[in-house]
Amino acid sequence: MKKKNIPVLIADDKLVLQLYVSGMSPKSMEAIGNIKKICSGLVEDSFKLEIIDLYKHPELASEQQIVFSPSLIKRLPLPKKTLVGTFSDTEKVIRGLGIPIKE
Amino acid sequence: MSQDKIKGLQKSKSGIDGLDEITGGGFPKGRPTLICGSAGCGKTLMGIQFLVRGIIDYNEPGVFMSFEESQKDLNQNVHSMGFDLNKMISQKKLRIDHIVIEKSEIEETGEYDLEGLFIRLNHAIDAIGAKRVVLDTIESLFGGLDNASILRSELRRLFQWLKAKGVTAIITGERGESSLTRQGLEEYVSDCVILLDFRVIDQIATRRLRIVKYRGSTHGTNEYPFLIDETGISVLPITSLKLEHKTSSEILSYGFDDLDKLFDKGGFFRGTSVLITGSAGTSKTTLSSYFALSSCRRNESTLYFSFEESPDQLVRNMMSVGINLKPFIKSKKLFIHSSRSSLQGLEMHLLVLHKLIKELKPRTVIIDPISSLVTVGNSSEVRAMLVRLMDILKVNLINALFTSLTHEKGNDYSDLTVDAVSSLADTWIRVSNDEMNNVRKRNLSIVKSRGMGHSNLVWEFTIDNKGIKIKKSA
Repeated sequence: MKKKNIPVLIADDKLVLQLYVSGMSPKSMEAIGNIKKICSGLVEDSFKLEIIDLYKHPELASEQQIVFSPSLIKRLPLPKKTLVGTFSDTEKVIRGLGIPIKE
Repeated sequence: MSQDKIKGLQKSKSGIDGLDEITGGGFPKGRPTLICGSAGCGKTLMGIQFLVRGIIDYNEPGVFMSFEESQKDLNQNVHSMGFDLNKMISQKKLRIDHIVIEKSEIEETGEYDLEGLFIRLNHAIDAIGAKRVVLDTIESLFGGLDNASILRSELRRLFQWLKAKGVTAIITGERGESSLTRQGLEEYVSDCVILLDFRVIDQIATRRLRIVKYRGSTHGTNEYPFLIDETGISVLPITSLKLEHKTSSEILSYGFDDLDKLFDKGGFFRGTSVLITGSAGTSKTTLSSYFALSSCRRNESTLYFSFEESPDQLVRNMMSVGINLKPFIKSKKLFIHSSRSSLQGLEMHLLVLHKLIKELKPRTVIIDPISSLVTVGNSSEVRAMLVRLMDILKVNLINALFTSLTHEKGNDYSDLTVDAVSSLADTWIRVSNDEMNNVRKRNLSIVKSRGMGHSNLVWEFTIDNKGIKIKKSA
């Protein structure tokens, strides 16, 4: 049984997300946990989540224009969007990603 | 990075002409320096110049983090100054990281930090072994995000991090209304704060620079004018006013025998400053040209500042009294710089002069007339400037000649420039026109001549197409 407070999401197009974190900092861990929770409400295969540790790939920070940590980049569907923070506000994250919610 | 022995504050040469003299050696090494000022006052350029000169002159690689301009724009902007950023980037001496924050694309969902920026900066610094870092203008971050308190604490952490990293950093900030920077960055960067200013007084714009604070170091406290030209920024410091300059006992000629004879030693000492005063049409410029001619004949580089005549006009007019300056201009012994005195502020004239002196290394400098500069400044400014100017010339043992236009009937001493210059000048020659029996007579007298005896008579002289002749009997 899924917890009730996690809405069931439908992503029409495949959702491509990249989460940039900085090592195992508390904020990073919290962000990973929160994003996984949100994604668990998505139908499998409808999304792709990549978690990248900036400490291991520092060159990506400049390439991907990362300033804040944690940062979640929605690559697809367009428009591109960047969410920063620990994603504790689930509704804001879902709204920010533009995912319709199935009742 | 940390050293066991307690040393005085180490400094990192700024690469900006004149600034190191004010700061006593440059920016604090391994610490951040804040440069603030209103839009268009030259903050970015100062940052770039710090990096570029660091790379070229001191072999210290640098990182430029731009929050405003792209690499392409930056390169274009500084290309006119002969800085080729792309080349330095390919040599791995310079790194430019352009930080783009699109407010419309960003959503804040909980707590975050600037670790991404830290990682970027760290990566850039380590990649080229950078010793110098510029952050231009970090305050732009505040425009992209709502949560200012996070940014503040993160910026504080950033400056500490920079210190721990041991890089000499410049952080630029836009001038705020009641504080030095809009976001009060001066609270965090406490080691060295420099304020740039761009203001217009009497329709003449001047850039000025002031060191607001410099912890652990003495520094000049005045406002110093600075200039941005094709070679970048140069600051005009007041050189030492200690009167310790060396003197010479070599005797040089004024350019014609008749005048030389009026002095006991038959000329003037090398490095003397000479003042010629007189009303309009008393042949001050002619006397100056003799002075220039004499210098050129000694095969010494000569610099002639003309505020009234263009070089061509001056050369033509002097031909009429038998002084031919043309060959010396051709052989590059004589350089005539003409400009309108109202073209720029007083300090700018001085800066131009300073630069030309550095560039041409003249042995003789002529300023004709110095009084026209008075129209562009107030009296205390003029005086301060003249003191600086004389000082520059004296220190370099350059022969100087100033002419000053005085009013027909007035007392010389009441005249502003005369008042300012006469005490500084070593030799003072006064020329005048006197009407007697329906004839205008030209007179010349020597008011003073430091270090040698001189004639105390008033000498009558004539000018014809062969030049100036002083009559045998006074």
